[in-house]
Amino acid sequence: MAKEIIKIEKLKRYFKVGDETVKALRGVSFTIYEGEFVTIMGTSGSGKSTLLNTLGCLDTPTSGDYFLDGINVRGMGKNERARIRNRKIGFIFQNYNLLPKTTAIENVELPLLYNTAISAKQRTEMAEKCLKQVGLADRLYHKSNQMSGGQQQRVAIARALVNNPVILLADEATGNLDTRTSFSILTLFQKLYNEGKTIIFVTHNPEIAMYSSRNILLKDGRIVSDEYNSDIKSAEEVYKNLPVDND
Amino acid sequence: MNIKNLLKVALKALNNNKMRCFLTMLGVIIGVGAVIAMLAIGQGSKNSIRNQIAEMGSNMIMIFPGGENRGGVRQSSDDMQTLKPSDYEAIVNQATTVSYITPSVNSSGQWINGNNNYPAQLQGVNAQYLNIRLRKVTEGEMFTEEDVKRAAKVVVIGKTIADNLFPDGTDPVGKVVRFGSIPMTIIGILDEKGYNTMGQDQDNMALAPYTTVMKRILATDYLQGIQASAVDEEKTEETIAEITDILRTQHKLREDEDNNFTIRSMQELAEMISTTSQMMTVLLAAVAGISLLVGGIGIMNIMIVSVTERTREIGLRMSIGARGRDIMMQFLIEAIIISVTGGVIGILLGAFTTWMISAIARWPVMIDPSSVVLSFVVCTAIGIIFGFYPAAKASNLDPIEAIRYE
Repeated sequence: MAKEIIKIEKLKRYFKVGDETVKALRGVSFTIYEGEFVTIMGTSGSGKSTLLNTLGCLDTPTSGDYFLDGINVRGMGKNERARIRNRKIGFIFQNYNLLPKTTAIENVELPLLYNTAISAKQRTEMAEKCLKQVGLADRLYHKSNQMSGGQQQRVAIARALVNNPVILLADEATGNLDTRTSFSILTLFQKLYNEGKTIIFVTHNPEIAMYSSRNILLKDGRIVSDEYNSDIKSAEEVYKNLPVDND
Repeated sequence: MNIKNLLKVALKALNNNKMRCFLTMLGVIIGVGAVIAMLAIGQGSKNSIRNQIAEMGSNMIMIFPGGENRGGVRQSSDDMQTLKPSDYEAIVNQATTVSYITPSVNSSGQWINGNNNYPAQLQGVNAQYLNIRLRKVTEGEMFTEEDVKRAAKVVVIGKTIADNLFPDGTDPVGKVVRFGSIPMTIIGILDEKGYNTMGQDQDNMALAPYTTVMKRILATDYLQGIQASAVDEEKTEETIAEITDILRTQHKLREDEDNNFTIRSMQELAEMISTTSQMMTVLLAAVAGISLLVGGIGIMNIMIVSVTERTREIGLRMSIGARGRDIMMQFLIEAIIISVTGGVIGILLGAFTTWMISAIARWPVMIDPSSVVLSFVVCTAIGIIFGFYPAAKASNLDPIEAIRYE
């Protein structure tokens, strides 16, 4: 049996908006094991962003338990959660969120700056390794504004990998990219999956479910389906077959 | 995040916005420069006044007839008849903390030498006057105790009188001139001193034995004042108390009666003048300080803009593990770097301005090291105080909202 990376039980998250209570999550339970590539899908308003924020320790649930790598996150203070984010989670955002006018390697080093146990030399080594892993070995000292969207997202993925997290949380990671670049990024995610990384990919694009190992569908704050994918399609093949834009 | 990384991050952020950073700094630079220059001018003028007073004899004590607090018609101290030569003698005989002492009587009149005449005061003193006032006779010599006893018609004159009575440059020593109708022999010329702080010509004076002035010119038995010098500048207060005791006994004043004489010391005068210049310094520094404050507000303003502008960056940093404290320190350090760098440049600018003022306007200036330290401390404080609100604002952002901020 593989190791439990994420285990949530009856997770509820209510927001107070004025006099009304918005029930974003109405009791969600699932367990994600090491090495899974899970897509979480749902229309807007289904609660997927709230779920992602909670899984990413940015938000705390109203009730229910959340175990990340065996640690109960519920009841943790702000600073403890910041530490957990720094050591165990890698975030990837739709709009990359790289620091402007900053080189790729500096962007990737960023999470390590908040870990005082890591020296400057180690930082550079680790960042270089991750940039190579995402295929940007020749772009180490390019500034973020000198790179294409796909390259920027690769830097962001390297940044998410650099602290060797137990889970990668991607939020619409291909949402800002054209089809071809999207598939090249998906190919990268599949490569990381094959290397044994645990990935949660939140998206509203149902197509992406074909490339993951498991798909959870959310609707109105509840899970409507949770299915394993026995026939994972290769994003790389699709990518290769896509016509190269020569306009 | 450790301090080295914080500094690196802050410097990088500032480097990304050089122009804005410089303009923000400019507020502090001008503020600190102004404070340094103003304090230097204030300190310089205070020093020059102090030096001039020291030249006049900082341990000098002046005794005038008439008390300080009396109702009714107030008379000029010259007309009051409460100081007598016997008082002077009593002080000479009894006081232990007085080093030099002279009676003082003045008469104004016209000095005449043939076709030339010049109006000037004649001061009746004894030879110790020179020691009290730190003056010297450069040509000829001072009159003696013997001259005082005889009420000799001899006079020592200042350069201004000499120049006016002898415009052709002949040596006045040994010449006989008239003060009003009384012929007097010039026996010496005083050293040249120029104008003092109050704009008085210190060379427009003539000294004669006080007995001569009292008997032959004013025909009076009273003194217009007594001038003395304390043994020690530090002990001026003691000397004043001693003289007060002697004079009260001498004047047979009862316990409940006020003094019928007034004693002033040069120190009091020095303090009085210093107070004025001190007030000017405080005023100037206050105005300069206000500009420093405005500079601080400029920092706060730009930091708030910066926090808003970098909301997404803050959100990102938080989501990858920055604590509120880390974000707070990052922005606080940025503010402190701006204010401290501005402060250092401001100090240099202030020093340069001060140098320009002394070189061009020839004002006495003096940069007090403590004012440099003070400016530096104030700058750092301004960075912390005005950087705190924006930094706290940044650290309290909700990472979920911040990361999606457009």
